Amino acid sequence: MDCKISEPIVGPRSEDILPASVSTAVKVVIVGGFGVGKTTLVGSVSEIRPLTTEETMTQAGVGVDDTAGVERKTETTVAMDFGRISLSEELVLYLFGTPGQQRFWFLWNGLFEGALGAVVLIDTRRLEDSFDVMGRLEERGVPFIVAINAFPDAPHYAVPELRKAMDLPESVRIIDCDARDRASSRDALLTLMRYLYSLNTTTTEPQ
Amino acid sequence: MSDPKPEKRQSWEEGGPERLYVLTSGRSTPSDPAPLDMVTLIVTRNGPGSSMQPEQAGILRICDYPLSVAEISAYLHLPVSVVTVLLADLLGSGHVEARAPIPATSLPDVELLEAVMHGLQNL
Repeated sequence: MDCKISEPIVGPRSEDILPASVSTAVKVVIVGGFGVGKTTLVGSVSEIRPLTTEETMTQAGVGVDDTAGVERKTETTVAMDFGRISLSEELVLYLFGTPGQQRFWFLWNGLFEGALGAVVLIDTRRLEDSFDVMGRLEERGVPFIVAINAFPDAPHYAVPELRKAMDLPESVRIIDCDARDRASSRDALLTLMRYLYSLNTTTTEPQ
Repeated sequence: MSDPKPEKRQSWEEGGPERLYVLTSGRSTPSDPAPLDMVTLIVTRNGPGSSMQPEQAGILRICDYPLSVAEISAYLHLPVSVVTVLLADLLGSGHVEARAPIPATSLPDVELLEAVMHGLQNL
């Protein structure tokens, strides 16, 4: 039986340690297709180098969509990158990037439970990738905003045009975002928080 | 500040389902029904005993200061589902304390959102 320990377990670097006083953790999920910039966004605002947690995808989840080459595998390891932002001595925010394709929805169990909300990250060259994701979030009752990641070589559309193309109601917020830019990524998170705040109050949202 | 080392990936591959089965004594769900979220914060209360599984001893070592279940999973190179089984035992024996995340309600409360916004604005 092979149960050897292949290497010593290495914990966080000293600069990545949370204060002992941290008592509350919240999470936000960044959803989007492959290559849309989820890990870039997580990495640009995270105080730690993004970490990776893995789950094994079994045969049942494979072959639902059309990604060539995956069908022949009976077991695939799916990696999920995440980062962390300490908001105060007591409060810490975790950001999880997760793939939006239907065959990865098994990852969503446990991920969205208790999440404050989600940022759906979109590449204007592949708008259709996001339709299923947004439908699924609505079904699960997860509040979300849409962030258009500004790729240099992607066509730029005005928000109203995109709203029309994606058939999204006015109630869904759409913003432009540069996932590589820390301030821009932070603003996407703030937009989500203001949206959640507005769902929760009848007063005007804070500026 | 480097990408995950290839050899670590390799060790995960070597792990395989058999190793995970051994680690959890074949259990796929924690014995304790107390739910552990990916962002439940874990803090060590008592150091490892001599007969403890290396993975569990490792958890106790790295959780001197609070770490989320997701971070433990990343540092141990084990799936969250396996880590929660190991943690349930450690919680049961009082070796670790769990600081549970905000319970899943339909909407987070205003005070919490204000605290999050305040923290983000100060970045």
